[in-house]
Amino acid sequence: MEAARTKKRKRRSLSQRRAMKGFLFIAPWLIGFVWFYARSLFMTVQFSFSNLTVRPGGGYDLDFVWLDNFIYAFRAHASYKQVLTTSLGNMLVDVPLITFFSLFMAMLLNRKFRGRTLVRAIFFLPVILNSEAIVDAMSLARTMMSGGISSSSAELAASASSGMSIEYYIQMFSSLGLPDVIIEYISGAVSRISDIINASGVQIIIFIAALQSIPGSMYEVAKIEGATAYETFWKVTFPMVMPHIITNVVYTVVDSFTKSEVIELAYETAFTNMNYGLSSVFSLVSTLITCLILVIVCGLIQKRTFYYN
Amino acid sequence: MNKQKAIPSIDRIKAGIQSMKEDTQFANDRLRWISNIKGFILGIFRLAIILGICYVILGPVIGIISSSFFSDADRYNPMVYLIPQEPTLYRYELAMQYLDYWKTMGSSLLYSLTLMVLQVLVCSMVGYGFARFNFPFKKVLFACVVVMIVIPTNTIMLPLYMTFAQFDVFGIISAITGDAVNLLASPVPMYILTLFGCGLRSGLYIYIFNQFFRGLPKEIEEAAFVDGAGTWYTYFRIMLVNALPSVVTVAIFSMVWQYNDTFYARLFLISDNIIISKKIASIEATISNVEKILDPTILELFLDAGIVLIMIPIIIIYVALQKQFIEGVERSGIVG
Repeated sequence: MEAARTKKRKRRSLSQRRAMKGFLFIAPWLIGFVWFYARSLFMTVQFSFSNLTVRPGGGYDLDFVWLDNFIYAFRAHASYKQVLTTSLGNMLVDVPLITFFSLFMAMLLNRKFRGRTLVRAIFFLPVILNSEAIVDAMSLARTMMSGGISSSSAELAASASSGMSIEYYIQMFSSLGLPDVIIEYISGAVSRISDIINASGVQIIIFIAALQSIPGSMYEVAKIEGATAYETFWKVTFPMVMPHIITNVVYTVVDSFTKSEVIELAYETAFTNMNYGLSSVFSLVSTLITCLILVIVCGLIQKRTFYYN
Repeated sequence: MNKQKAIPSIDRIKAGIQSMKEDTQFANDRLRWISNIKGFILGIFRLAIILGICYVILGPVIGIISSSFFSDADRYNPMVYLIPQEPTLYRYELAMQYLDYWKTMGSSLLYSLTLMVLQVLVCSMVGYGFARFNFPFKKVLFACVVVMIVIPTNTIMLPLYMTFAQFDVFGIISAITGDAVNLLASPVPMYILTLFGCGLRSGLYIYIFNQFFRGLPKEIEEAAFVDGAGTWYTYFRIMLVNALPSVVTVAIFSMVWQYNDTFYARLFLISDNIIISKKIASIEATISNVEKILDPTILELFLDAGIVLIMIPIIIIYVALQKQFIEGVERSGIVG
């Protein structure tokens, strides 16, 4: 038997044995992926084309209804279209804001100054305190802080206040001839600054790491050639962090999708209204749209990306 | 007369400027001055932005902590801001009592700690498998890991729920007990998912480990192989030890996120007594019902105290490991 085993062993080459071992290493994940993930994805698609009724004893019956659920979601459901468009709109507005804000903050934090570790620790705090209850309580506390940041949005709505009026500045800018869209975008961004800061912890860290991986010799060359700080940013820093912009965009899109109202609606439809088919349609459609956005955005960025290695 | 005096003085100034321009020593001084002033202004600007943003982040935390000490009178006194006049620990007493603090916290920490150990072991193993071995369909399979990161679990929550409501392994369990098992309302589904690398953000952790192991030099393993170490020995005793920065990162991430998670806890109907971040959601209603406190603004204070109580362990872990953590995140593979 011993001989048989060695004989069998000899027949396999080293690379084949390594491949076997590799499969062993990833086996737990592979089983889990097929068993839970791929199967569930398939089931979601299946549910979205059917009417699902739960049998009293457990288990469920599927009644294939073709596109009925989709038609209901888009034609008859009271709020789905609206929730979907607002969620997507918020996502499209937030992604560039968060990306550029985190790049800016990363450049600020990348310099050496006293108390740098402390500041970085504070910037990463929102990622750690991301529990639903804590986030809710924090936003409540934020509105309680009178004169705080978020009151500026209330100020915008009220359009009249004592002291410094934001409305006045908005009017000033619009009389300067700036397009209203830009003014609204910027004032909206400012009034949501705490949301943006809270959503960009991981992205800032990713950008800091990216900035630190740029070889210092590049900056030396730029300095010797007489480049200004502005030129150095656009010619050295920006191209070098470009690949990480994709990482961050993907992270931001997925993150904002997970927190969006569509998900909340899908959850309610399934577990409060017991309409499983419709809930699957909600999740599926928004996932597909998100993936589409990711593919388009990444394609656009990728074309302009410069890879150093 | 004034004019007469003014003309030579302008000439003098002009001459002075001319000589200044020719004087290189002065020009250098001036440049240095300008850059000093520029640096100073930029520094102030930077300081203002950093302080402002730190305030935006820390402000609510400070607000919550301070209002958890407020007494009823402080709450209604418009003169009181942040520092209570009559600080009280009453909020904490009640919050602790209704959260059943020590017991819930203990089981909550145990739950997230055990899941963390599983996550680190399973994800590092899978990440190592992807980083160091060549096998057929490797690229396709790794794309599946990325799919796991990109498609949120919310999409597949319904099938997951159904799977664990009627849990069965190829009909084996129903063959033994006669019926499929309902695993809901217990933490078992979470353990099963994590064990098979599909837990809370497992895809991300696999990705992190994969990137980190790829960055380690191959010579380490070759040396171990030449010295006669087997694959498993190499992985456990050499690679995992070398991957300490990413182990710390993943450990903290998974621990804290698991502790904070309410999505899976809600989906699998896991009891409030095991997960404290789920229990906190009902504390206001409980106190209102039992203690007959009907004023919502007062009830908020109890919630604040509860929030502080559940934040404490996270903050302790974070402060203790903060340095390793930030460095680990920066050095390990999050950056693709």
